[in-house]
Amino acid sequence: MSEPLAVNDDEFDQIVLQSEIPVLVDFWAPWCQPCLMIAPILDELAEEFSGRMNIVRVDVDQNLKSAVKYSIMAIPSLLIFRNGKLITNVVGAKRKQDLKQIIDDALK
Amino acid sequence: MVDNNYEVIIIGGGPAGLTAGLYTSRAGLNSLLVEGGLVGGQIVSAELVENYPGFPDGISGFELGQLMYQQAIKYGLNTIIAEATGIELREKQKEVKTTEGNFMAKAAIIAGGSERRKLSIPGEEKFIGRGVSYCATCDATFFRELSVAVVGGGDAAITEALHLAKFASKVTVIHRRDQLRAGRILQEKALSEPKIQFLWNAIVDEIEGEDLVKRIKLREVKTGEKSTLEVAGVFISIGLKPNTDYLKGILPLDTAGHIITNDKMETEIPGIFAAGDVRSNSARQAITAAGDGATAAIYTEKFLS
Ligand SMILES: Cc1cc2nc3c(=O)[nH]c(=O)nc-3n(C[C@H](O)[C@H](O)[C@H](O)COP(=O)(O)OP(=O)(O)OC[C@H]3O[C@@H](n4cnc5c(N)ncnc54)[C@H](O)[C@@H]3O)c2cc1C
Repeated sequence: MSEPLAVNDDEFDQIVLQSEIPVLVDFWAPWCQPCLMIAPILDELAEEFSGRMNIVRVDVDQNLKSAVKYSIMAIPSLLIFRNGKLITNVVGAKRKQDLKQIIDDALK
Repeated sequence: MVDNNYEVIIIGGGPAGLTAGLYTSRAGLNSLLVEGGLVGGQIVSAELVENYPGFPDGISGFELGQLMYQQAIKYGLNTIIAEATGIELREKQKEVKTTEGNFMAKAAIIAGGSERRKLSIPGEEKFIGRGVSYCATCDATFFRELSVAVVGGGDAAITEALHLAKFASKVTVIHRRDQLRAGRILQEKALSEPKIQFLWNAIVDEIEGEDLVKRIKLREVKTGEKSTLEVAGVFISIGLKPNTDYLKGILPLDTAGHIITNDKMETEIPGIFAAGDVRSNSARQAITAAGDGATAAIYTEKFLS
């Protein structure tokens, strides 16, 4: 599995909160250019961190419930969950090396 | 990785830098492009670019940036993700200092463009993503039926206000002057949009809230009278700032910080060129930036031969 999985409101609990390994959730929307900018970077990171961190996407346009639950007010927002708990929250497009660092820190 | 054999180093991977890189690479010059953020530059945040010739139906800024990048690397442009932090002159060479090491080249083209100006007031940094936004197209949807403020009075600010009016319950445009800088058509649209109201001669002093933005503190420019406005969102659109902080004292800049060039894109220092939005009197369009990049590359080639 490399291409980040698209997760909807109904699946969020099972796929994100109950995951055995940490999950990075990319809250995005198709009309958000900065989101499109980091999408290929997240594809690569999903591959590189495969088995250690799952990377999934939530389209806020279709899944407002999850967006509201986590008070998403800007996209892209990248939230990392471990054992069902939110441990990291970053907002805005970032460079690959910065995202890698964020994931590395979250895995510590 | 320190390769000192570059003929030209290009700082910035927006339309200007990518076009310069396309031309220098095609001319057979060993070229390195240093990009500190994401390749494509500012244009990647444009939803639809309708005035870049060759695309009669428009093209997304993201796609345009990607295509420019692909075209440039196809001809051998080297790229590195690093931020340039200075340039030093070493006899005939230019040493470009970056966060990933220093590189030497015979010529440099500066194409760092500009970035959104911040208000630099208390609360701004703290609430980014918690109510403070610099991108209405991205974030308007999270402010459905909420009251928001737009700070600024130019084309960009009014475009953002009109977009926000489709979602928010109320949009207050806060402008430090008593009239807008935005073009007439945009102004008329905004003035006739019932959800948009204007606060003239007002300055935002502080953004407040707990977890999320709750209100902003305002000051009347002339009377100094203070007030507060309850808002859930603050969209900041107060213009652009050229990315030239690291060049102060090295190159002559105009009062706003843009690099001064002649019509060959030459700066005062032989072998250092500037192109695009970063340049004084630039028209600040993707096409003019690309044009500047081509001009700079062609005169760089002449300089080197
Ligand atoms: C929302 C939006 C919509 C727009 N719509 C249009 C439109 O429809 N049509 C149009 O023609 N124009 C449009 N523009 C303007 C257009 O994007 C700019 O005029 C154009 O991108 C300028 O190109 P540039 O290469 O000079 O600079 P930029 O695009 O700003 O690129 C500069 C690059 O240099 C990098 N950089 C800066 N400093 C350093 C450093 N020290 N080290 C390394 N890298 C550095 C930056 O990260 C950036 O990637 C729009 C702009 C925005 C923000």
